Amino acid sequence: MSILEVRDLTVTFPGGIQAVRGVSYDVAQGEVLGIVGESGSGKSVTSLAIMGLLPQNAVVSGSVKLHGQELLGMDEGELTRVRGKAISMIFQDPLSAFTPVYTIGDQIAEAVRVHQKVGKDKAAKRAVELLDLVGIPHPDVRAKAFPHEFSGGMRQRAMIAMAIANDPDLLICDEPTTALDVTIQAQVLEVLKTAQAETGAGIVMITHDLGVIAGMADRVLVMYAGRPVEQGVVDDIYYRPRMPYTMGLLASIPRVDGEQDTLVPIEGNPPSPAALPPGCPFAPRCPMHIDACDDEEPPLTQIGGGRYVACIRSREIEHKGMTGADVFPVPVIPPSDVARVPREERETVLELDNLVRHYPLMKGAVFKRRVGTVHAVDGITFDIAEGETLALVGESGCGKTTTLQQIMQLTPPQSGRVVVLGKDSSKLDKAARKALRGDLQIVFQDPMAALDPRMPVGDIIAEPLRAHGRKNVPQRVAELLTLVGLAPEHAERYPQQFSGGQRQRIGIARALALEPKLIVLDEPVSALDVSIQAGVINLLEELKNRLGLSYLFVAHDLAVVRHLADRVAVMYLGRIAEIGAVENVYDRPAHPYTQALLSAIPLPDPEMERSRKRILLEGDLPSPADPPSGCRFRTRCPKFARLSEAEKRRCVDEEPSVARLARAKDHGAACHYAEEIEVITASEHQEEQ
Amino acid sequence: MRSKVVLGRLLRNRQARYGGIALLLLIALAYIGPYLGAYDWTDKDFLAFLSPPDADHWWGTTSIGQDMYAVTLRGMQKSIVIGLLVALFATGLAALVGAFAGYFGGWVDKLLMWGVDLLLVLPSFLIIAIISPRLRGASWLWFVVLLAAFAWMITSRVVRSMTLSLREREYVQAALYMGIPRWKIILRHIVPNLSSLLIIDATLNVSGAVIGEAALSFFGFGIQPPDVSLGTLIAEGARNATGYPWLFAFPAGLLVLLVLAINLIGDGLRDALDPGSNS
Repeated sequence: MSILEVRDLTVTFPGGIQAVRGVSYDVAQGEVLGIVGESGSGKSVTSLAIMGLLPQNAVVSGSVKLHGQELLGMDEGELTRVRGKAISMIFQDPLSAFTPVYTIGDQIAEAVRVHQKVGKDKAAKRAVELLDLVGIPHPDVRAKAFPHEFSGGMRQRAMIAMAIANDPDLLICDEPTTALDVTIQAQVLEVLKTAQAETGAGIVMITHDLGVIAGMADRVLVMYAGRPVEQGVVDDIYYRPRMPYTMGLLASIPRVDGEQDTLVPIEGNPPSPAALPPGCPFAPRCPMHIDACDDEEPPLTQIGGGRYVACIRSREIEHKGMTGADVFPVPVIPPSDVARVPREERETVLELDNLVRHYPLMKGAVFKRRVGTVHAVDGITFDIAEGETLALVGESGCGKTTTLQQIMQLTPPQSGRVVVLGKDSSKLDKAARKALRGDLQIVFQDPMAALDPRMPVGDIIAEPLRAHGRKNVPQRVAELLTLVGLAPEHAERYPQQFSGGQRQRIGIARALALEPKLIVLDEPVSALDVSIQAGVINLLEELKNRLGLSYLFVAHDLAVVRHLADRVAVMYLGRIAEIGAVENVYDRPAHPYTQALLSAIPLPDPEMERSRKRILLEGDLPSPADPPSGCRFRTRCPKFARLSEAEKRRCVDEEPSVARLARAKDHGAACHYAEEIEVITASEHQEEQ
Repeated sequence: MRSKVVLGRLLRNRQARYGGIALLLLIALAYIGPYLGAYDWTDKDFLAFLSPPDADHWWGTTSIGQDMYAVTLRGMQKSIVIGLLVALFATGLAALVGAFAGYFGGWVDKLLMWGVDLLLVLPSFLIIAIISPRLRGASWLWFVVLLAAFAWMITSRVVRSMTLSLREREYVQAALYMGIPRWKIILRHIVPNLSSLLIIDATLNVSGAVIGEAALSFFGFGIQPPDVSLGTLIAEGARNATGYPWLFAFPAGLLVLLVLAINLIGDGLRDALDPGSNS
């Protein structure tokens, strides 16, 4: 018996823009339906339409039935009774989902009182119970806290507590973990599973992360350009996709278990809903495109039990048993010449020696006084050889960005040394610093913010060239545009006329303009959709090999890092927890933090996800203004909890420094009790053996 | 590249084209028009005091028999130049001071904003009154400087606060990491991103300057009789606007046309500089 029945739902915005074009699905009791799709595919609009939360000027048609009761066209008063009671929604950004001026407890109690006739005391008590249920420590105290006093992960838990306050039959989660760090994401997903077990609700899980869906969902609906293109049981979708788009999507995600060699990008961009191509909307990007595809849009037809595909060639795909790698052209990336030389014989392009950056914590309006110190970066050491990619990974607040800024500023650090291409940053004069900037460039995370919106692309790329007095600027700009896969004619356009992936290519072209030796990549792909991301990752890899570049790559996505990096340094609270060659760190992590981080990453593989053993971390990152004594990780360390009292003493008193592990050539961990174990593919089954 | 692209967009912009044509026509009227009329602006026709517009005196005459057509155009020559120059100086100064203060922060910010606050507090009339006698006989361009010097402070405070948020943008950081000097970053990245505000401010300043100049003339500073400006003509004509409408309507109408033309150009320029607009 299905709780929710959506039939032929369409949403049209003013100007005839059809954001959703005929979506149908069912959700049964206790079932998790995953909706995946890239930005602009209409997945969020669908759920807002179900909740009746779209703006007045949007025209919604079709049918949405909750327990057989039609929701579309219901008057606002009745809808209010359904919302929050029978259907709840969990939003992406938990900070803006709470009112900042009321306490968390009050807001949850309000949700209870709106739909149930209970007294104030009872509602407050229920709020505390709910907070306890979602795993908030000291719920009675924390209920009196305001939203800004909660961390992101705790806010999202509180949001879940609020959503399940009235035992809803259906939970709609719109990218519930996208804004969170991996370890926190693992915690929140765990809470969601508990919440579902507690309420028996059906869940509609909307996300772009195929890993999260693999672990959570029973059935999956893939959306493209406002329409479902494939629907089926999670294993079918992941192991036997029948629609080229799904196949491409699966082939384009980097995997943290390093199963694939080259990522397969989907060429082109999703169509704009205002100008859909005739026929199948995916046809312009589809390598299996035939003339018949342009005739009419293929309907979502059933092939076998519970399996729906919208592709005229799906039978053929099934028959031949094709996968994404067969259908999409696999790009060939030329090998690097530099990599053949052993690392020790290569030049060192960047060297950080015990770099420290502390920020004073000031208080007082008129007379400022120092009340503390934020230990943003607290002594980190690493080096990068020519032609090598070092990835700096860690959760938000671990000091990655501060490290980058310290390197890019080329000014004397507070303590320690930054040596770029053999030149110490504290000994540079103005001219030498400017000259060095030509060899050291940066690509930013947000491709929109990093390009001046008022400058044509040609000027943006020409800027570093002109600043360093290079000749033949227009010719070089054309060359650079071609190098990153854009057309030279694009020089006269403004950044906003490009899609996210193209903008990031422009950012890369600008960074390459001065032929630098070292490029700092600050989360270069995290703002991009998966299918676009693969193209940019391949471009970065190709450029590195062709031009002999070195990268310092900062990321929180460990799967991307595994794909792109040669070496990896894991940061925790301003210190390096573990460093080494990618294979060593990923396959045999020795630091408990790295182990937790790696095991928290969801894999786009339903079977593995189901049997995987997770190391869940307790709590949140401590404040860098007040790091724990001794080992910084001990407050959350699962290993610390298992140690004897005498062993624990060492963790409390003595801060571990990175020590080389005996067995490996390039692998070090900052843990007194380091022990290499395999975590990515670790399953409960293996544990028993 | 940018100037070429912006110019292309500006020329393609219909508003800017019409505004430009209107402004050119007004300038032509002001400088060529007097040769077409029968009277010079200093002539007095003692046979026609306060006569309404007719074939002889196209726009009527004043109470002392001056030909309104000649006098108004004479006034407009001054007012166009004063209006445009004051707007340019005032807005330019506001942009530079605000952007430098906001971008550099620290003592540069403190010093510049202290100056701004001082100018805001001081009554500008008083200062102009003190300075004017010394400028008597000097070029009227000094007058433009004086008018501009008291019209930029509030805008520069707005520019400063907008710069504070702009300087945190990644493209500003990117420019810094490319090795571009800070003053160049301000001119190249910060000021263009404030252009919408600055253009609106400049067009408002044009009409403000023309009217403000009349107010000062009324108190005996700036343009002095027998010389005229649009501002002085409007101020005088306003007193008799119902009885002798031609004394007021022609100068006021020309001011409206002038401001309208500049507004159109400003809107066009704003659209041309803003890649978000559809033109």
